[in-house]
Amino acid sequence: MADVSSATHGDLRLTRITKTYGDFTAVNDLSLTIPEGSFFALLGPSGCGKTTTLRMIAGLEEPTVGSIHLGATDITTKRPYQRPINTVFQNYALFPHLTIFENIAFGLRRRGIKDVTADVNKVLDLVELPHLAQRKPTQLSGGQQQRIALARAIVNRPALLLLDEPLGALDLKLRRQMQIELKWIQREVGLTFVHVTHDQEEAMTMADTIAVMNEGEIEQMGSPADLYDNPGTAFVANFLGQSNLIKGRIEGTDGDNLVVDLFGQKISMPKNRSHAVDKSMYAGIRPEKFRISLVGTPTRGNTLTGGRIEDVSYIGVSTQYQVLMPWGQEVMVFEQNDDGVPPFDKGDEVVISWEPNFTFALRGDDDVEAGLEVNPEELDEE
Amino acid sequence: MSNVLTKVKLPYLLLLPGFLFLFTFFILPIVNLAQTSTQTPIAGGDTGQYEQTLQFSNYITAFTENKEQFARSFVFALCATILALAIAYPLAYAIAFKAGKLKNFLLVLVVAPFFVSFLLRTIAWKQILGEEGFVVPTLRNIGIIGQSTTLTSTSFAVVMGMTYNFLPFMTLPLYASLERIDPRTMEASGDLYANGITTFRKVTLPLSMPGVVAGTLLTFIPAAGDYVNAAILGSPNTKMIGNVIESRYFKIVDYPTAAALSFTLMAAILILVTLYIRKAGTEELV
Repeated sequence: MADVSSATHGDLRLTRITKTYGDFTAVNDLSLTIPEGSFFALLGPSGCGKTTTLRMIAGLEEPTVGSIHLGATDITTKRPYQRPINTVFQNYALFPHLTIFENIAFGLRRRGIKDVTADVNKVLDLVELPHLAQRKPTQLSGGQQQRIALARAIVNRPALLLLDEPLGALDLKLRRQMQIELKWIQREVGLTFVHVTHDQEEAMTMADTIAVMNEGEIEQMGSPADLYDNPGTAFVANFLGQSNLIKGRIEGTDGDNLVVDLFGQKISMPKNRSHAVDKSMYAGIRPEKFRISLVGTPTRGNTLTGGRIEDVSYIGVSTQYQVLMPWGQEVMVFEQNDDGVPPFDKGDEVVISWEPNFTFALRGDDDVEAGLEVNPEELDEE
Repeated sequence: MSNVLTKVKLPYLLLLPGFLFLFTFFILPIVNLAQTSTQTPIAGGDTGQYEQTLQFSNYITAFTENKEQFARSFVFALCATILALAIAYPLAYAIAFKAGKLKNFLLVLVVAPFFVSFLLRTIAWKQILGEEGFVVPTLRNIGIIGQSTTLTSTSFAVVMGMTYNFLPFMTLPLYASLERIDPRTMEASGDLYANGITTFRKVTLPLSMPGVVAGTLLTFIPAAGDYVNAAILGSPNTKMIGNVIESRYFKIVDYPTAAALSFTLMAAILILVTLYIRKAGTEELV
């Protein structure tokens, strides 16, 4: 068998991939380049095609149309065992009849490597479970099984490591810990990781680059900060964190800024943060970017007047306000609790303000509800 | 207090009906059989009249007189078990992993023969393999068997009959253990550089071993003691130990020999099965 662990393989390129099952299109004309050595996340709700995409990269599904290249090699139709790619499965899929040691050695042995002990022990040390080598998978906790699944894949030093919702079965605390650990391991071993998840926090914590997928297509791709600060569509704005989207009209330009009318009140925002295609648009502002002031106190930046506080929720690190605006929309405002008790009460008449640079603009015909109806409880199975 | 007492007693109470049944219809007859196996004919008595004499040499006589039938029983049972395994494994595999919506329908088909009596089905095989059936003329025409060769009253027919009759006992446990395998472990094997054959050898087969062991035992044990197939599909030359026991009991009325043979058969099966389970190492399996 060919040596699948040689040092460089090049980038992974998906070119115009479509996958259909009967009438259902799981992945639609998707093109994507995943740079070698990166931690790449495919993020999206249940049924968005992210798992199908991963399975096509692994070779467990074949694209209906399109091609997959690893460096210069076309791997579109190669069988899973012919690809230098390993997967950490959602339920780990450890071999119940083999010891942990033999589970990890499985890939090495299949590739005809005789002396596996050193390699296996090395990854067992990496995942900090060397004492479990002779146990069976059923004797391990979920978190331990997760690490063994990871060890079983990375021991082969694949060109590409695929992670299918790897932390989905773990509880919240363990998940946080594993997120940091996975990121650390990825840097340590220097492999390309492709991570599929519906959990935006997980993707943002670990990935260098996130591709947000919706209905079989990529909505937007970029670094976590780019996607969060300047989402290109309502789906991304709502799926990654929370957003206030306010209907508006572009009135004109002022240097590098746009002048925007929001229900009769003028604001300004940088031109290069606009994804609008004509005069109609939605202005987007993240809840934590808003500041609240009582009527009559001085404000900076963009200002919207006529608000009334409808609801106050104190959640420790911050206080969340629902502010009813004169045009009937409730906007969310998160204020850090860095000066003690919440200073505003329900019913207070307030002004909200924010730095113009934090504004982003979406197309006026975008669906403001997109990405909102997603219930995280329903996302665990795809 | 009474509550605790009920809790302690309840398991025994639940065991009672089963115990009574087995005591009456299994333990008592076995003890009785053990007694019979060491009896000798009453001097001057009629046929079928025996007295208790602790004549243990009955066992040696019974065994030495029927060595050939013992050997044949185990060879036939082994052949039928191997054939049934060869037929049932692909069948169970297909039902478990490839059948899709047809799964339940195919399982009903596997069990369907049970709706017809065991005897009737075996007699039907006599017809199928007989001179008037379509099998013999067809095989003769295409030259697989000679013009004068027959299939009934042969070892072949007996083994085929047993294979057929015990096939569901092989298929169902195999299906049950294959169906329990998480298909993702097979995907994981492919992902870890194992091709289809290696995946089968290293993952699917080891994980289905509980089914293989259960299926082979459920086939081999009744097949070794079977006499219906040999009686209907065989000839005097293909007699199995079951046929000998049957005729000693009901035709020759030689109860002690029949009982001694029964115990010898039980012991032989018990030893073979124990060795087999040790060898198969089922305790290693999940």
